[in-house]
Amino acid sequence: MAKRSNEPFLWALFSSGGTVAALLIPVLLFLYGLAFPLGWLAAPSYHSTLALVRHPLTRLVLFVACSLPLFHWAHRFRFTLYDGLQIKHLNEVIILLCYGGALVGAALAGYILWNLP
Amino acid sequence: MKETPIYTEYHPRWYRTRVSTYWWTRQWSYLKFILRELSSLSVAYFVVLTLLELRALSQGEASYAAFQEWLRTPLLVALNGIGLFFVLFHTITWFNLAPRAMPLRVRGKRAPDLLVAALNYVAWLVVSAVVAWLILGGR
Repeated sequence: MAKRSNEPFLWALFSSGGTVAALLIPVLLFLYGLAFPLGWLAAPSYHSTLALVRHPLTRLVLFVACSLPLFHWAHRFRFTLYDGLQIKHLNEVIILLCYGGALVGAALAGYILWNLP
Repeated sequence: MKETPIYTEYHPRWYRTRVSTYWWTRQWSYLKFILRELSSLSVAYFVVLTLLELRALSQGEASYAAFQEWLRTPLLVALNGIGLFFVLFHTITWFNLAPRAMPLRVRGKRAPDLLVAALNYVAWLVVSAVVAWLILGGR
């Protein structure tokens, strides 16, 4: 049997991660990165934030919003390095750093969200 | 012409023009492509920031307040502004490419590209509104 490529699987992760990132990240980064720190909008209190984040559905959404976009980054950044810098000879190192980094990040997200007080 | 042609035991070298490492600076469309690809760095940045925020949240009220204070520093505001710009760049290019990446078929016919892109933008608006309502309404 011919060796199957795992490229379609990685592409599916890239594609779903890209969609999740496109839908969720702008509003979250706008609110928590600019609107609340600069005082454009009143930031929710610690307790209401914790109550919202502790909800199982929020945890699930946050896990998806962290893990899938990381695989999107891994795949896209890998090819940015190939095309932009033409460093295809470092193939193994790049693959390890990109997908390995995404795996570590996803595991961290799961750990933090699981262990919320 | 000689009677016996000369053979070389080495394989001839093909002629290939070398592409500069900075090929993408030559033209706006190339630069746009690389900027779009680099938007993935902002996506990764957002995840790192979110993980730090969640960690601060789980460590207690004082730690969360200190994190909010850190977010107010000029460096973080600048990084978040740049990050938001690239993430919006990603969102727009992603939705504009969606009709070509995943053509939608209705009764065997390909739905118009504009319609598919519009549906994506509507979904984006709805998701953003729901998320903002959940965060801002829970006070």
